[in-house]
Amino acid sequence: MERAGQDALAVARTDSLVVALEAIVGARHIRRTTPERVTYAMDGLPTHRSVPGLVVLPGARDEVIAVIRVLAQRGVPFVPRGAGTGLSGGALAAPDAVLLVLTRLNRILTIDPVNRRAVVEPGVVNVRLSAAAAPYGLHYAPDPSSQTACTIGGNVAENAGGPHCLKYGVTSNHIQALEVVLADGRVVELGSPGGEPWGPDLVGLFVGSEGNFGVATRITVRLTPTPRAVRTLLADFTALRAAGAAVSAIIASGVVPAALEMMDRSCINAVEDSVYAAGYPRDAAAVLLVELDGTAETAVETDAHAVAALLRERGARAVRTAADPKERERLWQGRKKAFGAMGRLSRDLVVQDAVVPRSTLPDVLEAISAIAARHRLVVSNVFHAGDGNLHPNISFDATDLDLKARVEIASAEIMDACIAAGGTITGEHGVGLDKLRYMPLVFDADALAAMRAVRRVFDPEERVNPGKVVPVHACREWRQAVRA
Amino acid sequence: MNTLLEKVRALLGADAVLDPGAAGVAPRIAPPTLEAVALLLRTATEEGWKVRVEGSGSWQPADTPADLALTTRRLDQVEAIEPQDLVATAQAGVGWDRLRQQLAERSVWVAIDPPGLAGRTLGSIVACGTAGPLRQGLGPVRDHLLGVSAITGDGRVVSSGGRVVKNVAGYDLTRLQAGGFGAFGVIVRVHLRLHALPRADQTLVLEGPREELSRAADDVRESGLLPAAMELLSPALARRAGWALAVRCAGSVAQVEAEEAILRTTAGGRFAPLAPEETHAFWQRAGEALTVRPVTLRLGGLPDATDDLLDMLQHQLGDEWISASPALGAIRWSGEAPADRLRRLRKALAAREVPLTLERAPWELRRTVGHFGAYKEGVGPLVAGLRHTFDPAGTLVVPVAAGE
Repeated sequence: MERAGQDALAVARTDSLVVALEAIVGARHIRRTTPERVTYAMDGLPTHRSVPGLVVLPGARDEVIAVIRVLAQRGVPFVPRGAGTGLSGGALAAPDAVLLVLTRLNRILTIDPVNRRAVVEPGVVNVRLSAAAAPYGLHYAPDPSSQTACTIGGNVAENAGGPHCLKYGVTSNHIQALEVVLADGRVVELGSPGGEPWGPDLVGLFVGSEGNFGVATRITVRLTPTPRAVRTLLADFTALRAAGAAVSAIIASGVVPAALEMMDRSCINAVEDSVYAAGYPRDAAAVLLVELDGTAETAVETDAHAVAALLRERGARAVRTAADPKERERLWQGRKKAFGAMGRLSRDLVVQDAVVPRSTLPDVLEAISAIAARHRLVVSNVFHAGDGNLHPNISFDATDLDLKARVEIASAEIMDACIAAGGTITGEHGVGLDKLRYMPLVFDADALAAMRAVRRVFDPEERVNPGKVVPVHACREWRQAVRA
Repeated sequence: MNTLLEKVRALLGADAVLDPGAAGVAPRIAPPTLEAVALLLRTATEEGWKVRVEGSGSWQPADTPADLALTTRRLDQVEAIEPQDLVATAQAGVGWDRLRQQLAERSVWVAIDPPGLAGRTLGSIVACGTAGPLRQGLGPVRDHLLGVSAITGDGRVVSSGGRVVKNVAGYDLTRLQAGGFGAFGVIVRVHLRLHALPRADQTLVLEGPREELSRAADDVRESGLLPAAMELLSPALARRAGWALAVRCAGSVAQVEAEEAILRTTAGGRFAPLAPEETHAFWQRAGEALTVRPVTLRLGGLPDATDDLLDMLQHQLGDEWISASPALGAIRWSGEAPADRLRRLRKALAAREVPLTLERAPWELRRTVGHFGAYKEGVGPLVAGLRHTFDPAGTLVVPVAAGE
């Protein structure tokens, strides 16, 4: 996957293209030298690397449109990118492609508190939108762990999730309308301001398409009232299996927690060794972080008592309730910064992503543990237990090629175990490059061919983010519906 | 006609022909398996037959001109209910009432309340994307789907999504099917997201003039309450003397008690709880009544435009049968609607960026004005391209793409 050296087709050398793009965005918003381009060779996935041929950073919607039209005229492939926090290699561009970085489109265009919606540009950082909506008692609910850096445009491309998606839904549930620039430079508006699809649900189809269908330049999102009452509980268990059973018991009780997260011992200790130490018990096999929220203090308090009782019934050694917002923040900081804390374990970290039926969590966790032992790897688990969305994190040193090869094999075995349990290969990180090889394990040739044909309706030349999501070789021959 | 029937009998067996049809009435074919649906559609495409699709026949009128009617009613198996994982899999022809009952026996439900008669099929609900009042707190139909298998117009099986509650593997073709009115294939199997049955479920109703109820709805919204449903119902739908604002609180006992307490402090304490035995019938009647008149349509605007939209509807089409979620801006209307008025209304709504979706209507009206009408600039070719992808020969008769 190392592609930095393949520069034969590097578009950076195509002077006339550079001149044309400079005329649109200005010379200082183009990166063409190798050291500049190398900065963009990776996203959050350390196992893949590719140096883009040219990097363009438009500063406005009209510039995006003009850039895409120039690229269309010349048939140049391009890859849209937000903050580059993705974990599947989805924002990597090959040397023959232009990387279209959208972080300068970072304006919140409208906040409409009456209708609980906002219109934003794609480069707006997730947490900044919630901060801007806070004075109105609103927030943007999807909260990926990278929310202090990742962009709404990237969230739309990946259909990002986050801990609070258990109750509030993933990105797809919060996008009402989109302005999209297609690969040929045409601009289309999808959806409607109120969220009702205008025709077939093309907004729903676009969200999670990983940049393959075009570039979203304006995004209308739903804002959610900030809950007035919140209780955050930390339960610790001496056995992973008991923690998994407690998750099922809570879900079956009818109480819908806002979040239900699990961390295993390896993760707990990584956090406790870091500056993000949250006071998690180091000797626990697993901790559950459970958050309940609602409109009324009394109701949330009552439900929290019921959940605490359930946790104890299922073997929790202790259940601690955050006494105040500061303690709540500390408990959450440990969880949200767990990936950063794992940086202490070794030089590189693969944050894996898979989903399994909740009831299989204990068995799958044991299987992952066995895979790690077999390949002599350190795997730490921190994940959205309420959704069955696993994140086995493999710590390693990518300069050790043998170790890197074992990481790849173990990752594949983990995917196999999740699929065998009735699960799927990604819950919120996307397919990108990393999961491409697993797609035929969850979709047959007709389904993959249908996906490819759908992509070609939006982008007949397959020029936007080429080589991602659908493994072309696995598609059955499918009548193409390419329209001029 | 006879050749068609002979071929169908030869392909699927004589039992598959539910009704041989007559002059001007297409034969009704009920394939017994998913494979039989695929075989029938493959053959239809080869033979150039036009196919209309129906479930139990209780939602859309059976007047679409076609060479044959394909009914999914024999695909009626609830294949799996897994309460521990809150997922279920059912074939598209299963009746909503039967599915609900089987789920309730396992203490789970699909948290939607679509309009229509009790036996309306799951496939019809998904294809038309018809969410009921619970769309307010629990989301539209598409939010409750984990995956869909559909057979394309030329007989290919396309399965999307899966059986887990979070899934971003591949493009979300499930969303294309939800509300696609069958334009992208015949939905044959659906994986559903379930919820545990709420421990408490209470509906409170406030009666009064529409304008007053709209203000009450604003008050409820500003109180921070997020009920499962808050629906403004016309007198005919509520079966009351005046308009009714019905608020449904569902969840844990503590949550529902707290929400009820908040409601009792709004609107001068005039919200009155429905007795438990009345509740189900109240909502069910309102949903069923929306199929009595020949046309049902929905609008999706912004919440603060709901009153204006209701005025427009009243002016253009009347307001006898209306069910609206004022906190969402979603409105469902039913009644008699001539094509010219619908066009005029659609044009006026388009200027306000409000889509009008024709959910059910006699064929002539659907053909004339389409389920969605004209698309925004540049979207029509995308829809036509998708339609062509999933039904290259135009075997399925669905007025969805421009020019159909």
